[in-house]
Amino acid sequence: MSVNPIVGIAGLNKWFGEFHVLRDIDLAVGTGERIVICGPSGSGKSTLIRCINALEEFQEGRITVDGIELGPNLQRVDDIRREVGMVFQSFNLFPHLTVLENCTLAPIFVRHMSKKDAEAAAMQYLERVRIPDKARSYPGQLSGGQQQRVAIARALTMNPKVMLFDEPTSALDPEMVKEVLDTMVDLAGEGMTMLVVTHEMGFARQVANRVVFMDSGQIIEVNKPEPFFDHPQHERTKLFLGQILR
Amino acid sequence: MSKAVYVATTMVAPRRAPVRMPGAWGFVRTRLLNSPTNILLTFACALLLWFTVIPTVKFLLVDAVWQGSDRNACLPETVGWPVGACWPFIQAKFSQFIYGFYPEAERWRVDTTFLLGALLLAPLLVPQLPAKAANAALFFIAFPVVAFVLLHGGYGGLTVVPTRLWGGMLVTLVVAITGIVASMPIGIALALGRRSSIPLIRFSCIAFIEFWRGVPLITVLFFATYMLPLFLPGNFTVDGLVRVLIGVALFAGAYNAEVIRGGLQAIPRGQAEAASALGLSWWRTTRLVVLPQALRHVIPGLVNSFIALLKDTSLVSIVALFDLLGQLRAAFADPAWSSPSTLFTGFAFTGIIYFVLCFGMSRYSLFVERRLNAHRRS
Repeated sequence: MSVNPIVGIAGLNKWFGEFHVLRDIDLAVGTGERIVICGPSGSGKSTLIRCINALEEFQEGRITVDGIELGPNLQRVDDIRREVGMVFQSFNLFPHLTVLENCTLAPIFVRHMSKKDAEAAAMQYLERVRIPDKARSYPGQLSGGQQQRVAIARALTMNPKVMLFDEPTSALDPEMVKEVLDTMVDLAGEGMTMLVVTHEMGFARQVANRVVFMDSGQIIEVNKPEPFFDHPQHERTKLFLGQILR
Repeated sequence: MSKAVYVATTMVAPRRAPVRMPGAWGFVRTRLLNSPTNILLTFACALLLWFTVIPTVKFLLVDAVWQGSDRNACLPETVGWPVGACWPFIQAKFSQFIYGFYPEAERWRVDTTFLLGALLLAPLLVPQLPAKAANAALFFIAFPVVAFVLLHGGYGGLTVVPTRLWGGMLVTLVVAITGIVASMPIGIALALGRRSSIPLIRFSCIAFIEFWRGVPLITVLFFATYMLPLFLPGNFTVDGLVRVLIGVALFAGAYNAEVIRGGLQAIPRGQAEAASALGLSWWRTTRLVVLPQALRHVIPGLVNSFIALLKDTSLVSIVALFDLLGQLRAAFADPAWSSPSTLFTGFAFTGIIYFVLCFGMSRYSLFVERRLNAHRRS
């Protein structure tokens, strides 16, 4: 456990109707820490990170981000969302706006930056994800890997303290996974706090400080990557890793 | 036969596609006359065209009478052949078709309004021209006020022309344009309200939409014109045309709401989620991300209801407002122009006017669609 958690989750419980999707989740993430969350589908890993920026409501527990507490009624949702960037499995770029407009929308309307400043800042982030030449293109004209890199740049334009990734490479063609993972590795190298839901075990080994394994809505096992992959403790973890690392 | 094991040794260079059979004759041979069924179909279509286009042209142009001062010019007995269209009738009644019973001395006010509207609308329709916001404000906010003052009068020394004297094209355009413009914000608000998570808002929007969609427009107009005054307190009256305008706007708004809701449903939930995750409020998410995409999806449906609305304006003649078609029927009653072809000429003329307006809207909407959907061409 880190001394200085930037994301704190305590006693988190969530139900979809009668279905208990998150059960007694406790997790503290230190500043600059990279957490990879894995687990079988339906285990609640996406729901967990979607709770952190209040895309999902929850019934019990507390979540704090950078000292801001998000109660069960999501009172401070706007403050939290300003601190947390999110990248989705299906990119969710705005198709009617150019790449540049995608990246300046929130800075202009949420941070109240001038259009000129927002564009200059957006171009910096697009350069960081190595795609500045596509600034005037529409998302539909880009490959999946390019779109996901734009999505990462778009989230970064809000200067988030934490980045959430919800299976960022699952919708990509095999040849494009690497360019997105490379971008994420760069981001990790810059010290960004990251929570990544992914099945890319190579990425987890290379970048993660800790790996969280979930099943049936609860955390089964948390460990550093080396011992997690080489000597899993829980029977469920062994079974899962046996299935995916043939 | 392909081998079981194969490794490519050369890369195939791209070649030009084979040339299609060119020219008009090639088209006729490959598309129209390439099988017995197609030959038969081609022949049937040619016959159909022959029996519709030829008589139409004959009636409108060849057999038509072009000059005259009363019904005698259009009687077969005086002309000596079976008369087609009686165009002098249209010439004689033309100003009535445009202005209705608007006093002749004051008609410059209608002309000025038409001109002002056209001058403000035209640059709004051309995307390349600048200052769209100012232009839109002038057309949607300033112009209605100016138009009302000009047309109705009562201010700045203009004599009052009560709305029951308005008629013809003037009424048709006033009702259609007001209906189209006012029904959009109503439709958007209702569509958003119907998807609201707040039950009170959702149920009132559903009730409103279902009520207005469930009642025929004629009923709405009747109620607005004849029943509403009975419920209002004694000396409180709302102008008859204004009542009709409100009725038409609410009616069209309910229809637009369902069209727009269809567009809203086509937007994946991830779009709003991505906007929220960036910290955009619900209003900004709706205005900047969801609505622009939803409205683009439903341009064909919206134009459909605009066109329907334009033609439905002719129903106002039922509540003693003389729109273009009402004015036409009033003109039929004139014995000085009663001839065998007066009726056909009148309906042909108004039909052409409605067609030009509707076809224009349709073509313009296609242009807008292509422009706004530039992002979908990859």
